[in-house]
Amino acid sequence: MVCKNCQERPVIKLTNSNIYLCKNCFIKYFEKKVKKTISDYKLIEKNDNIIIATSGGKDSTSLLYLLKKILKGRKDIKIIAIAIDEGIHNYRDKSLEFLKIFCQEHEVELKIFSYKEEFGKSLDEILKTYKGIPCSICGVLRRYLLNKKSKELKATKLATGHNLDDEAQSIVMNYFKNNIKISARLGPITGIKKDEKFIPRIKPLYFLTEKEVTAYAFLKGFMDKFNECPNSPYSYRGQIRDMLNDFEAKYPGTKHSIIMSFLELLPVLKENYRNNLHAINYCVSCSEPCSQKECKTCKYIKTVIKL
Amino acid sequence: MKIYLEKTNEYKDVEASTVKELLAKLKINPTTVIVIKNNELVSEDDKVSNKDEIKLLSVISGG
Repeated sequence: MVCKNCQERPVIKLTNSNIYLCKNCFIKYFEKKVKKTISDYKLIEKNDNIIIATSGGKDSTSLLYLLKKILKGRKDIKIIAIAIDEGIHNYRDKSLEFLKIFCQEHEVELKIFSYKEEFGKSLDEILKTYKGIPCSICGVLRRYLLNKKSKELKATKLATGHNLDDEAQSIVMNYFKNNIKISARLGPITGIKKDEKFIPRIKPLYFLTEKEVTAYAFLKGFMDKFNECPNSPYSYRGQIRDMLNDFEAKYPGTKHSIIMSFLELLPVLKENYRNNLHAINYCVSCSEPCSQKECKTCKYIKTVIKL
Repeated sequence: MKIYLEKTNEYKDVEASTVKELLAKLKINPTTVIVIKNNELVSEDDKVSNKDEIKLLSVISGG
């Protein structure tokens, strides 16, 4: 078996095809795909102030590196990295140490915000009393801080490292839980209605699989260890991920098909919920946008964190 | 040959002639790992032998 383009030794077989690529051709393929996603979906516009949600993991590190590379020379566009320190011992502390060095080496400004400082407790401390699924509360607090801090930093876009696997899992999760309305907010660029309190999220790695992102991060020498969050196996998402990976192994291309079918439906979903969506509420406690009277974060603060 | 599994930080002993065979014997789904042979990324069709140093890195990270 040789590389499809140059006959060199292949390092990867692309997930949804029988194409083999060598190191250099794979890196070119990967970067071209990110640029095409940015261009096709108009993820970045003139004078954008882009906040990159980073964690020190493979996805956001690859994203940070690529946005810095792609936007080199664009004086009208500003990029800043932000990271949320949930306070997960032996996991986030290690990845943030790596991230600080990476940002220094690549000359990207990094701002770190922690649960401990913002909410009074780290995730490890919260989980001593909270007996629900860790990812449920962590996801809510994390999204809240990312949106709030992006606004404070006057961001016009919030770039995240979500890959094709993440998106396929979200689509299936929402389907299984009858949450189609939430799926209308997915896609390479999020948002149904424009609201100044919601920063649009962009996902330049949208069409790349988790395996491809890992391969890229390894080949670029960003990292040679890929740690899993210790709370991840307990999540509903974790179970959906395992199910989709089993299907992918038996029926290659499954995850791509989920994404491509979803993208055909997305304009219809957006149109439907744009017309039928209730007006966006603002939380009575913190004024952040939410779907009910009080946002989930404030409810968690009162019922779980302040206990 | 000895295979290092990074996710569980353990070594497994397996006899195989290709990466694909090696993963099948370990019952590891190929979509969930990348395979490193002698510090180089390799595809599933790559050949392996007892002399090779093999590492399996999990691609799963977040929650």
